[in-house]
Amino acid sequence: MLTAARRVRGLGAAHSGTATFWHQRITSVAGVPLTLAAVIIVIALLGRSHAAVVQILGSPLVAILMLLFIVNTAYHMWIGMQEIILDYVHEEKLKLLSLMANTFFVFAVGFAAAYAILKLSFGV
Amino acid sequence: MAELDAGSAAGPRRPRPLSPHLQIYRPMLTTMMSIVHRITGAALYFGMLLIAWWLIAAASGPNAYAYVEWFMGSWIGRLVLFGYTWALLHHMLGGIRHLIWDLGSGFEPAEREFLTLATIVGSISLTFIVFVVGYLAMGGPR
Repeated sequence: MLTAARRVRGLGAAHSGTATFWHQRITSVAGVPLTLAAVIIVIALLGRSHAAVVQILGSPLVAILMLLFIVNTAYHMWIGMQEIILDYVHEEKLKLLSLMANTFFVFAVGFAAAYAILKLSFGV
Repeated sequence: MAELDAGSAAGPRRPRPLSPHLQIYRPMLTTMMSIVHRITGAALYFGMLLIAWWLIAAASGPNAYAYVEWFMGSWIGRLVLFGYTWALLHHMLGGIRHLIWDLGSGFEPAEREFLTLATIVGSISLTFIVFVVGYLAMGGPR
């Protein structure tokens, strides 16, 4: 039997307490200005030539904002999809596979997008 | 306690009682917007592929970028972009509503209905504004 104190020391079923909940709030607050910035950047690049797009996306301020948007969004969507999986997928093996697939997807898409911005910035 | 232990040790386990789920409740605006928040979140998860594709194409060269531009300019591409923009703005406004609730405000019936209605009206209005500004930035419709 768990006493209340023992339960608190174990920090619940996930052993991390409310850390995930808090991180989802941090990334959502950061996400508001970063998303608006990303939307404005995309609109500003509509219809421009490839050369102009490369130059603008690779300029420091735009590249930093886009990198922050991507890293922040990647972490936010990783937590969100994990929550959806834990809510709906109850079969143990399928659940573990889905959680793994979520991590793979987020890392692959996040790193691919971040790499593209870095390549545009450093022009290698 | 003794009864519970004996019950679980011997014989088939009785199914545990379940609390009623969504279908017994009257659908309300807050309920629907809560569901839409999750659906738009899941859609945006996969929509991130579009942003990654666009950035990788820009980093790859003019040919790859021209292909993305062609797709985004097609009717299906524009439809996807329109849906993506709405989902993004709706999820953002819904997130702000949830942050207000997280702080303990906006729980009165009129307040929560207003906040919820503002999410849907705001997201649709903002999407149209973004598209009008986008068309103007491109130099009008073509």
